[in-house]
Amino acid sequence: MDILYLLIPLSALLVLAIVGVFAWATFSGQFEGLEREGSRILASDDAAVDAGQPVRGDSGKKLKDCDAKSP
Amino acid sequence: MSTAASTESPVYTDAAVRGFALAAVVWGVVGMLVGVVIAAQLAWPELNLGIPWLSYGRLRPLHTNAVIFAFGGSALFATSYHVAQRTGQTPLFCPPLAMFTFIGWQLVIVAAAITLPLGYTQAKEYAELEWPIDILIAIVWVAYAIVFFGTIGIRKVRHIYVANWFFGAFIIAVALLHIVNSAVVPVSLWKSYSVYAGVQDAMVQWWYGHNAVGFFLTAGFLGMMYYYIPKQAERPIYSYRLSIVHFWALVFTYMWAGPHHLHYTALPDWAQSIGMIFSLVLLAPSWGGMINGIMTLSGAWHKLRDDPILKFLIVSLSFYGMSTFEGPMMSIKTVNALSHYTDWTVGHVHSGALGWVGLVSMGCLYHLIPRLYGRTSMHSVKAIDLHFWIATVGIVLYIASMWIAGVMQGLMWRATNPDGTLVYTFVEGVKATFPFYVIRLAGGLLYLTGMAVMAWNVVMTVRAGKPHVARIPLVAAHA
Repeated sequence: MDILYLLIPLSALLVLAIVGVFAWATFSGQFEGLEREGSRILASDDAAVDAGQPVRGDSGKKLKDCDAKSP
Repeated sequence: MSTAASTESPVYTDAAVRGFALAAVVWGVVGMLVGVVIAAQLAWPELNLGIPWLSYGRLRPLHTNAVIFAFGGSALFATSYHVAQRTGQTPLFCPPLAMFTFIGWQLVIVAAAITLPLGYTQAKEYAELEWPIDILIAIVWVAYAIVFFGTIGIRKVRHIYVANWFFGAFIIAVALLHIVNSAVVPVSLWKSYSVYAGVQDAMVQWWYGHNAVGFFLTAGFLGMMYYYIPKQAERPIYSYRLSIVHFWALVFTYMWAGPHHLHYTALPDWAQSIGMIFSLVLLAPSWGGMINGIMTLSGAWHKLRDDPILKFLIVSLSFYGMSTFEGPMMSIKTVNALSHYTDWTVGHVHSGALGWVGLVSMGCLYHLIPRLYGRTSMHSVKAIDLHFWIATVGIVLYIASMWIAGVMQGLMWRATNPDGTLVYTFVEGVKATFPFYVIRLAGGLLYLTGMAVMAWNVVMTVRAGKPHVARIPLVAAHA
C-alpha cells in the first residue's frame, strides 16, 4: 500500500486548501444576506426577453477580443 | 468594457453557450443511439455483425463517453458559462478562450468517436481514451477553468451565487481526477500503460470513477439545478442557507465513496469499510439538495400542471433522490455481495443517468435555448410535454427490467445445492436475462425517441429565432 505515502499527504493538503477557501468565503462576507442573494437571480437578466416579447437579436456581431466591447 | 465615448451598454458573450447547448442536443441523440445499438447487441449478439468496429466491446465505451462527456459535458459547459455570466452580471472572461474550449471539446469527442471503435483503449472505465486525447482534455480543461474562474473573478455582484460553487467544485475535482487517473507510460502513439498496477490501479480507477459520478454527474448538474429551477419556477430556492450547507457536506463526503466499487476484492478491508460508511453518510447531503430543489415549488405546485419544463426539472430531482438512496443501499457490503457484477448496477447507473442527469439537462436546455435565440419559449410546448412522458416511461421500463434481472442474476449465481455445488451454470443466468434485455431495449428506444423529439423542437426553435445579444442590466453597487 505504498500509494498511501502519496495519497495521505495529498489529501491533507487538499483538506487544507478547502478549509482555506471556506475561510475566505466566511470572512469576505459570502454568507451574509443569504435570503436576498437567493432571490437576486430572479431579477431580470434581459429586460426585453422577460417582458414576454420575442426579441430580435441585433447584428449579432461577435465580440472580437477579450475586452467585451459592445457591437 | 465599453469605452468612455460609447453609450452602448455591455453585453453578455453567449457564442460558446449557444455552441455547447446545441452540441449537447446533437450528442444526446448520438450517444443514446449507440446505447440502443449496444442494448440490442446484448439481446441479439448477431448484431455485432462480425465487424470489429461495431462490436459491443468497442461501442460500449463510445456510448458511455458520448452520453457522459459529449452530452453531459456540453450541457455543463453551456450552463456554467451562462450562469457565471448572469449571476455575476459580467461577460465571460476571455470569450475567445471559451470558444477554444468549445472547439477543443468537440475535437475530443470526434477523436473518441474515431479511436474507440478502432479499438484503442486504456481499458479504464469512463477513462478509456488514449493518452494523446487525455492531453487534449487536460488542455481544454485548464482553459475551461481559466474562463470560468476568471469570469467569477471579474463579476460585478460580490456574492457568488451557490450554483457557481457547485460548478467550481466540479471543474477543480474533474481536473484532479483526470490528471491522477490518466497517469500512464506511453509506448506508442495509441498505446500506453497505467503507472499504477493491480489493486492499487483499481483503487485509483474507482476513486476516479466514483468522483466522476459525484463531481461531474452530480455537483455539476446540481449547479444547473440551483439556477434553472428558480428561474423556471420564478421562485427563489427553498432554503438558500441549506444550499450552502448542502454544497460543503457533499464535496467533503463524496471523495471517500470510491471503495464501494471494490467490495470483496483484494482491496484492504479498512478501505472497503470507509467506502461503505461514507456512501451511507452521503445520503443526507444528497437528499438535502433534492428537498431544497423540490420544495422550491412549495406554494406553487400548480405550475407543474401546465409547465412541462418544470416537470423535467422536478422529476429529475425525484430520480436523483431515488438514485442517492439506492446507491448507499448498494454500498452496504451485504447488499453489494448480491448486486455486484449484476444488471442491478446497470439499472442504478441508468436511473441516475436517464432520470437525474438526462432529465435535468433537458429541462435546463429547454429553458436556455429559446432565450439564446431571442425567444421566451420553445417552438412547441406540447412537444416538451410529449418528450417528458415518453422519456419517463422509458426510464421506468429500463430501471424495472434491470432491477429484476440484477436480483435474479445475483440469486442464481449464489444458489448452491446441499452438496455445495452450484445450481446454475453461468450461461443459464444469461439465458434467463434475455427477456429483460428486450424490455430494457424498449425503454432505451423510448428515451432515444424523446431525445429525437427534443432535437426537432430545438431545430424549429433556432430556425425561428436569431442569436440573441443580451444586454447586461445595470447593477446597483452591492454593499
